[in-house]
Amino acid sequence: MEFQQNPNIVIVVLSFFLALALSVLPLPLNWAWFRPEFVALLVIYWVMALPDRMGVGMAFGVGLVQDVVENAVLGQHALALVAVAYVCVLSYRRIRNYALWQQSAWVFVLIGIHQLFCNWVHSLTGPASQSLIFLVPALVSALIWPMMLIAMEWLRIRTQSSRF
Amino acid sequence: MDPVRAKLGLITHSVYWVTNLPSDFGDWVGERFTSKQDLLDENAALKEELLIHKRKVQQMASIYAENVRLQQLMNSSERLNERVVVAEIFGVSPDPLAHKVIINKGSRDGVYVGQPLVDADGLMGQVVEVSPFSSHVLLITDSTHAIPVHINRNGVRAVAEGVGDLYQLELRHVSNTVDIQEGDLLVSSGLGQRFPAGYPVAIVDTVVHDPGQPFARVTARPMAQLNRSRHVLLVFNETRPKLEPIQSDGIPAKP
Repeated sequence: MEFQQNPNIVIVVLSFFLALALSVLPLPLNWAWFRPEFVALLVIYWVMALPDRMGVGMAFGVGLVQDVVENAVLGQHALALVAVAYVCVLSYRRIRNYALWQQSAWVFVLIGIHQLFCNWVHSLTGPASQSLIFLVPALVSALIWPMMLIAMEWLRIRTQSSRF
Repeated sequence: MDPVRAKLGLITHSVYWVTNLPSDFGDWVGERFTSKQDLLDENAALKEELLIHKRKVQQMASIYAENVRLQQLMNSSERLNERVVVAEIFGVSPDPLAHKVIINKGSRDGVYVGQPLVDADGLMGQVVEVSPFSSHVLLITDSTHAIPVHINRNGVRAVAEGVGDLYQLELRHVSNTVDIQEGDLLVSSGLGQRFPAGYPVAIVDTVVHDPGQPFARVTARPMAQLNRSRHVLLVFNETRPKLEPIQSDGIPAKP
């Protein structure tokens, strides 16, 4: 990753809007478990790319918007994303130096934590998944992490501005 | 929190509008590039279908009149007049554990919480949340949903519960002696005061009598095309049922 600290704020907002749209894109109900957690992936990406600008507060805000858009319990995704962002902020120095597949393994753990929090809130408010099936999105997210990382790095370096 | 959510529904609506663009585009392309022969074939098929339905409607009038007469004889309440509005499904709940869809009609169109939703084949669910331009509908197969039904053949009442499977409902507390068979049609009984009576809900799939269990295990397959329909009907109850005290001679008391 480049250690360039001039993000184009438009790209950050646009990327999150796109991730939100992808996370509510209609899928057949039987396929719903195979949807990657786009918003959580993006939070991990931005925290690792710009750790001094993006952090727990950003994750909280994005989580609230995701709750509204997905019509979930207000605070469910905010809580999960805050946990993910916190672990990311603590560990980004090491993770940046990992190989892509090692990063994927780490992303699996992070999204797994995210799913665990979401499932926990589910179990407090209604039906929760009874088996480990709720970890399937973590697996799918880990698989698309290398692709997303390469695409986002390309986009970020192309668009970074010097206005900040 | 609900009013806040209803206001924020506008943000939500814009996101869902974006996610709906590809399918809108697909529809548009489909409309533009249909061959003339396809349209002619479709037209012919529709005309044929219309003819069949018209024949059925011919007898409808007399049957309806007869039904009204009989109901007056029995002194039972009149059938409610129901108005319907066509809505379009433009989103599916991203939560894999919830069977919810989002439709493009909201409080601006008079949609209210608890309103039933049907498609061409049967009952789909009920509205659980309303924002100005869209509303959320809980499908009958959601694991938190149950609907009072009766068997069309003999009028035995039951409660059909969703189990979180799109192709299955379960009937609750059906004792082993109840007359219920595979292939029985379950229609809404209207007992919960939420769904109008008489809409087809499901067809009984399996009936298992296990001597070790206190109740028979009955599963049914929903009639409505829960994951295929795009255009659905919102049913408006124009007149809510009025409850009048009945005197001993069976004539309703004057208020």
